[in-house]
Amino acid sequence: MSLEAYGWLILLCPLAGTVLIGLTSQILPQKVHGAIGTLAIFGSFLSAVGGLFALQDLPKEERQVVAVAWDYLKTSGVDAELSLLLDPLSIFMALTVAGVSTLIHVYSLGYMASDRGYSRFFAYLNFFVFSMLLLVLAGNFVLLIVGWAFVGAASYMLISFWYRRRTATEAGIKAFVINVVGDIGLVLGTYFIFKHVGTLDFLKTFERVPQEFSRNDGDLVAGCLLLLVGAFAKSAQIPFHTWLPDAMEGPTPVSALIHAATMVTAGVYLIARMHPLFEQAPAAADVGAIVGCATLLVAATIGLVVTDLKRVIAYSTMSQIGYMVMAVSSAAYSAGLFHLMTHAFFKALLFMAAGSVIAAMAGNQNLDRMGGFRKVMPFTFGCMIVGGLALSGFPGLSGFFSKDEILSLIAARGDWHVVLAALGFVGSLMTAVYTFRMIFRAFYGDMVPEAKELADGHLHHPAVPTNPVSGEEEDYEVGFPGPDHHIAEHTLSMKVAMGSLAVLAIVGGLLQVPKVSHVLHDFLAPTFEASRFYEGLEPTDSLTYLAMALGGALALLGIFIAYTLWVKQPERPASIRDRLGAPHRLFVNKWYFDELIDTVIVRPFAWFGRFARNTFERIFVNGALVGGTTVGVRAGSAAVRAAQSGFLRSYAALLLVGVVVVGIYFLVVAR
Amino acid sequence: MSMEWYLVVSAFVFCIGAGGILVRRNPLVILLCLELMLNAANLALVTFARAHGNQDGQIFAIIVMVVAACEVTIGLGLIVALYRRRLPIDVDELRELQG
Repeated sequence: MSLEAYGWLILLCPLAGTVLIGLTSQILPQKVHGAIGTLAIFGSFLSAVGGLFALQDLPKEERQVVAVAWDYLKTSGVDAELSLLLDPLSIFMALTVAGVSTLIHVYSLGYMASDRGYSRFFAYLNFFVFSMLLLVLAGNFVLLIVGWAFVGAASYMLISFWYRRRTATEAGIKAFVINVVGDIGLVLGTYFIFKHVGTLDFLKTFERVPQEFSRNDGDLVAGCLLLLVGAFAKSAQIPFHTWLPDAMEGPTPVSALIHAATMVTAGVYLIARMHPLFEQAPAAADVGAIVGCATLLVAATIGLVVTDLKRVIAYSTMSQIGYMVMAVSSAAYSAGLFHLMTHAFFKALLFMAAGSVIAAMAGNQNLDRMGGFRKVMPFTFGCMIVGGLALSGFPGLSGFFSKDEILSLIAARGDWHVVLAALGFVGSLMTAVYTFRMIFRAFYGDMVPEAKELADGHLHHPAVPTNPVSGEEEDYEVGFPGPDHHIAEHTLSMKVAMGSLAVLAIVGGLLQVPKVSHVLHDFLAPTFEASRFYEGLEPTDSLTYLAMALGGALALLGIFIAYTLWVKQPERPASIRDRLGAPHRLFVNKWYFDELIDTVIVRPFAWFGRFARNTFERIFVNGALVGGTTVGVRAGSAAVRAAQSGFLRSYAALLLVGVVVVGIYFLVVAR
Repeated sequence: MSMEWYLVVSAFVFCIGAGGILVRRNPLVILLCLELMLNAANLALVTFARAHGNQDGQIFAIIVMVVAACEVTIGLGLIVALYRRRLPIDVDELRELQG
């Protein structure tokens, strides 16, 4: 089959899956829907693999294929087509997305087994994968925006999946609103660029950008900054990040798939895809790099103090995406995308392991209530350790190679980028600390009642199911998956998914070992052939070794600190907390970003809304516009009604007068 | 004889009809006055047909007669109906259609 056919097949499989599950939701049994959903995504993954081989068969300079199905709109000036751009970058993203999604579907088969919304879950999940693949395969801005918005909608549906939970629906709305702000940024940014290049097609745009725009052209910088708004909102970068921690209200597989592995990396993909624009507008790229760096630090500090298991991982996700955004904005494209891939592996693994722990806790996510699960959940513990080591950058695992490559490449840019790299190393120390804080608190220490129950051979089930966040009572129709919980130790499908991801998290780094292999770098080269930095940006040998040594040492140091604080001397964290009251309060309150946004945006808007309703609507619209019209019509109709006297002879008189007037008028005019 | 006299008679008869409609209250008389107006118009039409030397006006006059016949049929029918229901035979009293 041709590359184009594979491209369409990648998209069609999940679309067919979601339609099929939706149409047969009342006909086929639930188990079949799970199988359909998983097979559809697996088919998509196989197509992506086929596409990879078809792409590699082409000569190197022809590895950017545009597949056009039909034109939406083709007039003078606008060329919107249903077109896919199949190049190494999009195939790489499709492989990562479809591959991780397949494993997460397999995991969900077990994890969601007793949820009442099982079929709905798989339909949504397939729709999400379809949207994400549309986003990464899109060959023009229009299709990119469509995929971008679909992904936001899918995220909303999945965060609010347990729709009778007030906290979940509120989190879904928050995520959707912030994502729409990003969508608007993306659309406006597209307009700024389209106005000058006159085409929506990616490849043609990239060709024309260097001719149409001078370096740091005002319109291009504005367009790129607006694109960055879209990327920041989707990728949870400051100041658009507040939705991601709240999004943890969704089921754990959703957190693993959307809010760790795929959707939140869309911003990274966007910046990498638009690299010809950002290289022509370095001012915008610098903003991206600085915001990425700020996000990685802020998120890491919050991760140090959060007590919700999934939120720790969520902040860690924000932090890692900060690394990626910083990388692709600093022209370290292959390193950023490499980290995107390895992060997808180990972060999905961490979420899955967290899901298993949460199942053992019967839905409770509070780290304060956990402890001692090491003995009773050995498989989950092992996966958590592998994921945690990979995330911390333990030497030899995937995260080690990807993160250090990012930092050494950024340092190689010189100037103030060195500062960013140094801050990145600070962040990697914090990464190791918060990751192992989470692991030590959940798995070490005294056994909590839930762990003891598990040691006795059965899972904890609460007498009355409650919302773990608000404590409200719930029924089994809603909330944590149904009456039965599933932990990895007892469920084959969860074991398979977590085991595969653990292997990938360990060996994934071998794709890009400094001085040894650069598979990904070479593979992605055709996409970045026009880039000024792609081949030229190369850290010196000493810098490479320094970064590796420093990264490894910081990871070990961080793990050691966490071990000392939370295993050896469990009373120490409390005294440190007391000594550092002010920063601790700042971190626990998430740097007051929610409050800031509330004061600066939400409240003025709410005030304006009240003003519009009470003053504008009531006085101007209701009083002047509607009331004025009513008064006018009423007065006019009263005058007309007065003429309708019922006297036949007055009608006749009016008629005559009218005829006479018309006659006189024409006589006068005819003169 | 010149055309003007015919037109003068026509206008004279028309005014008598119009005046009758305005001043009389008996529906029967109003119908008669209407008939006067229509026939005044017919006279004018025939006169103009003669002046132009073609038959268009005459054909119009015949059509007006047909319309007049219909109108009288309906008008007289209404008056008979009024009489049968013992309603006042006076157009000023029959004013229930006011707005």
